[in-house]
Amino acid sequence: MKYIDPHIHMVSRTTDDYHNMALAGCVAITEPAFWAGYDRSSPQGFYDYYRLLTETEPKRAAAYGINHHCWLCINPKEAEDPAFAREVIELIPEFLDKPGVLGVGEIGLNKNSKNELTILEEQIALAAKHNQLVLVHTPHLEDKLKGTKLIIDAIKRNGTIDPGRVLIDHVEEHTVDLVLSEGFWAGMTLYPDTKCTPQRAADIIEMCGTERLWINSAGDWGHSDPLAVPKCRLEMKRRGHTEETIDTISYHNPMKFLSQSGKFNAG
Amino acid sequence: MPPIPLDKQQVLDLYFLEHRAKLLDLAAFLDRYDRAGGAGDFRIEVFREAVKILSEDAPERARRVQEAFSDHSIEPIPTAPGKGAVGAQPPAKSGGTPSDAETSDSNGRGAL
Repeated sequence: MKYIDPHIHMVSRTTDDYHNMALAGCVAITEPAFWAGYDRSSPQGFYDYYRLLTETEPKRAAAYGINHHCWLCINPKEAEDPAFAREVIELIPEFLDKPGVLGVGEIGLNKNSKNELTILEEQIALAAKHNQLVLVHTPHLEDKLKGTKLIIDAIKRNGTIDPGRVLIDHVEEHTVDLVLSEGFWAGMTLYPDTKCTPQRAADIIEMCGTERLWINSAGDWGHSDPLAVPKCRLEMKRRGHTEETIDTISYHNPMKFLSQSGKFNAG
Repeated sequence: MPPIPLDKQQVLDLYFLEHRAKLLDLAAFLDRYDRAGGAGDFRIEVFREAVKILSEDAPERARRVQEAFSDHSIEPIPTAPGKGAVGAQPPAKSGGTPSDAETSDSNGRGAL
């Protein structure tokens, strides 16, 4: 079997993780730009991060037979200062044509503030201007429901992006229908303590179907599991789901969405 | 849509012990909270309300528990107070503030 993990932050993971993912059947990953756990002190810090994502990490992944791709943006946790964020956004177009850059992401909201929303709108416009796919981060925990609604409204206000070219990530039971009913793609993130467990993700698949839905680990520098996708595959298998359904959610669906970029390669 | 391939007996056989243990974890957490000193904060009241949903004879309990912990306001807030989330939305007049709300990990938890 083979699978795609369409959201994982490998700059925070070890070569052991690459090794174990490859053994479990991972053939391709996509890595959105995110918060490093601290606020970068200058736009140059982001420039270096974008080089890491577009130059260094693909080589590390290739050593394990995994095709690496990425998304670029300023994440919402560092978007509270609009002037700073705009300096960072100005750096992004230089990287968009590089091999393996699939689009703009993970943009979104964190605490649902006015400044976060302003920068989200400006990055939606950036994606529209450059005809890029969009990967969206939705807020955590108590902020998720409100943030998901604000994000959907912001994309619809822009009006120039096909919802079928937008993946809204980290959906859970209370937000998945909001996202799918508007024609967007939805991602379920499998996390040990927050977001979805493999069992709850399987429940959501049984309730919502497999159309425009994928699973990812979003493994990063915190408590997370880079093998979460194969563990969800196992959960579905032990319930008796077919290989076709399991492959749809963990391979064919990410392949279908990501191939719209023209740059995605699952090997 | 792929419906659940298991029948009720199979669901019990596959998951009962695991979720019996999780139920005991919930009970022990509430006992632990009661034994502890201090005042706590609003989260325990939201938690107790959410627990009631588990006993309701109605579908989509998981969605309704999520909604019980959620912020239902509509407008963006003026400025972000920090980066973290604490897991429950405080009522308009809260009895306390979580002490770790100003930091978070990448996963949105209130404290590293």
